[in-house]
Amino acid sequence: MSTATLDLPQAPSESRVNYLNASYGIRSWLLTKDHKRIGLLYLGTITIMFIFGGLAAFFMRLHLIEPQGALVEPETYNKLFTIHGVIMVFFFLVPSIPATLGNFCIPLMIGARDVAFPKINLLSWYIFITGCALALVAIFSGGVDTGWTFYTPYSSTYSHTAVVWMASGIFIAGFSSILTGVNFVVTIHKMRAPGLTWFRLPLFIWAMYATSIIFILGTPVIAITLFLLGLETLLHVGIFDPAIGGDPLLFQHMFWFYSHPAVYIMILPGMGVISELITAFSRKKIFGYAFVAFSSMAIAVISFIVWGHHMFVTGQSVYAGLVFSVLSFLVAIPSAVKVFNWTATLYKGSISYEAPMLYALGFIGLFTIGGLTGLFLASLATDVHLNGTYFVVAHFHYVMVGGAVMAYLGGIHYWWPKITGRMYPDVWARIAAAIVFLGFNLTFFPQFVMGYLGMPRRYAVYPAEFQVLNVLSSAGASILAIGYAIPLIYLFWSMRYGPPAPQNPWGAKGLEWECAPSPPPTENFEVMPVVTEDAYNYQPTTGGSH
Amino acid sequence: MSHDAAAHAHPPGFAHQFETIQQQREAGSLGMWVFLMTEILFFGGMFTAYTVYRQLHFASFEAGSHELIVLFGAINTAVLICSSLTMAMAIRSAQTGASKNTTITWLVVTMILGAAFVAIKLRFEWLRDWNEGLVPGLRWIPGPEHTPGMEQFFCFYFFMTGLHAIHMVVGLGILAVLVWMTARGRFSSQYYAPLEISGLYWHFVDIVWIFLFPLLYLIGGRYSH
Amino acid sequence: MSDNHGHDQGGAHVVPLQVYFGVFIALLVGTGLTTWVAYIDLGPFNTPIALVIAFIKMTLVILFFMHVKYQPGLTRIAIICAFFWLGIMMTLTLSDELTRGWEMNPQPWNVLVPHVTHLARFLF
Repeated sequence: MSTATLDLPQAPSESRVNYLNASYGIRSWLLTKDHKRIGLLYLGTITIMFIFGGLAAFFMRLHLIEPQGALVEPETYNKLFTIHGVIMVFFFLVPSIPATLGNFCIPLMIGARDVAFPKINLLSWYIFITGCALALVAIFSGGVDTGWTFYTPYSSTYSHTAVVWMASGIFIAGFSSILTGVNFVVTIHKMRAPGLTWFRLPLFIWAMYATSIIFILGTPVIAITLFLLGLETLLHVGIFDPAIGGDPLLFQHMFWFYSHPAVYIMILPGMGVISELITAFSRKKIFGYAFVAFSSMAIAVISFIVWGHHMFVTGQSVYAGLVFSVLSFLVAIPSAVKVFNWTATLYKGSISYEAPMLYALGFIGLFTIGGLTGLFLASLATDVHLNGTYFVVAHFHYVMVGGAVMAYLGGIHYWWPKITGRMYPDVWARIAAAIVFLGFNLTFFPQFVMGYLGMPRRYAVYPAEFQVLNVLSSAGASILAIGYAIPLIYLFWSMRYGPPAPQNPWGAKGLEWECAPSPPPTENFEVMPVVTEDAYNYQPTTGGSH
Repeated sequence: MSHDAAAHAHPPGFAHQFETIQQQREAGSLGMWVFLMTEILFFGGMFTAYTVYRQLHFASFEAGSHELIVLFGAINTAVLICSSLTMAMAIRSAQTGASKNTTITWLVVTMILGAAFVAIKLRFEWLRDWNEGLVPGLRWIPGPEHTPGMEQFFCFYFFMTGLHAIHMVVGLGILAVLVWMTARGRFSSQYYAPLEISGLYWHFVDIVWIFLFPLLYLIGGRYSH
Repeated sequence: MSDNHGHDQGGAHVVPLQVYFGVFIALLVGTGLTTWVAYIDLGPFNTPIALVIAFIKMTLVILFFMHVKYQPGLTRIAIICAFFWLGIMMTLTLSDELTRGWEMNPQPWNVLVPHVTHLARFLF
């Protein structure tokens, strides 16, 4: 790095002008064009949505401690799992890393002053909160009971719940994703610092680029699908309703054409974060940089040709099922490549166990389990047995929560000093990471077992033989909730009382650490960086001196 | 802090996150193209559903298609093609430094053609379909020939042309804003990016119609079978 | 007003007027042709011909009215990707919709045994 470590003796953040204190007042935040402030606006919004989605899950798990249901009527239970799914997927996981860490970090990591279209960035946030508002209207005006998958004709003809409100909220939030995707693609193509070639980019950027491609190519299809669903519901015409000549499977095709790549929208940024964490906390260059970069692109591409594996048992033709099954096995390969490369990076690295690294290590284990169990579901014959059971629920929670959410928390902790200029208390952070890991496994591992033994998902009541497993799962959920609450508390606390952070507390490589103060000024860099070395160019600590 | 001395004479409209006006123009153009990719997939989802049902219910779709009047479809196609030409001329006029009145004239002609498209649709096509009871969900009068498959055809007819018309109206709004911006002297032969980018959107809407015309109006041919 | 392939002051390419008018005429001719052909019985070829003409019209609009002919390759890649992905959606969806009626004719696994045995005897 020719503009090497600008480790200027950093004035305490209160006295130095940075993006947080450059201007005060609510208007300066609500009308900001600064990608860092917009990232924080998103952070606040999705944390609120996470709480709503988490509350729904809390009530579900409480209800399920009794085989006959402990808390609510079955109709209400249906609404709880729908709300939990819709909020967690569309209003938390999809925007989580891209809109918060992506918005904040991408310009910093590529040496740009801002994203390509800052006003559109702000617009995307306003569109997002409009979508959130409509979703909340749907929830509080009676809820939705169709499942987050909105299968027809139940959702269009028979449900009589707030389907159209919810679909509208998701439709509008989708435009927020599209604008974010457009912004990121153009920013990464056109605004890299001099010397920052594609193959010198941090892998987080590669992951965000691949994610943006999925945003762009997939989101419009869910938009048109929900649009058609709304028209069918409102006009009672037969697009997807077989009674009037429609094909319910067409809805599923169009829905899953987006929603399967959507799960890769949720995991790819997490994988990008993990690449950053593993290298920083093993102080070692990533093993197989090109493989990891290409695997992100491969995941984005292959994710679009596997969606039929959600429809093996709903009436899809067996021949299409065969094709989708083979392709689904294919998509596991690039993910496995990443896991191997991270593990090889750890080998002979100088590993330290700060909280971000604990989350990263947890991710590798839990994502591997989640990913492998996906293969059971990709295989046609086993899917007949496992589909519609808690095995599927456990599978996707392992990748989404054990994977994506842990990566999100790891990333938040890693970049927290850069974002706020403060350090959080590391002891509490490690304790919370451990609690999250334990709580998570206790919640979801029993679900693999109960699913394999045949307990169906989305059921408000279940046979008594599954009660022990359900109670274990609910106990785990309460521990997990504590694990999530603790960071909420100390991260808030640290914003005011945490010790000021140095520019590069982790000694990590990367333009955001080496060339920008913590927190950065509005324009990100005092001197625009020029890049002269590869990513993760850590000097080896063993052997010769450099 | 720009390293490029030539770019220091920042032309109007230069945004500070960029280093040069060239970078800004390329970014703007790429951004609109990426957005058009999303529009291709958006309309494409509808085209996919249409394709599936056309395969499954061809006879009904053909019958439905024969209820539409080819003349109006063809005229509207020609109207949009003219509007694409006038839009391209408007951009060229700004590009070559012609007077802003020239640019405004081309833009206004484009708007008139776009409005004519919508007017022909509403007055000669949709109004007639309403009177004949061919509007599913709102005014569908089932008759001996009006089969469920035909109702589905008309669903897609109205959804697809309706979605297209919404995009047209948005385009008219954008053109109005461009007329205002041109009148205020915002553009020059160095900076006319909003015109160019809006032109891309307008041409895209034209292209969608280029496909809608044969796919909706000419199913199964119009010769007597 | 330049009639040659000039460039404007920002360095972007100015398309000559003849090109614009040529494309315009071609588009109108294509529309007329599509309409005319629809009234002629060409059996199963009516639809493909109409679509091919539409495709050509679209290409002319993209290359000349939208200036893609004079743009860097990234624009072309973006457009091709979008259509390719649309193709994926249509193809795989139709792969299900059109094969639902196909009969399944499952055989037991040992239907291959005589064939494998025969092959083994032939080889060894």
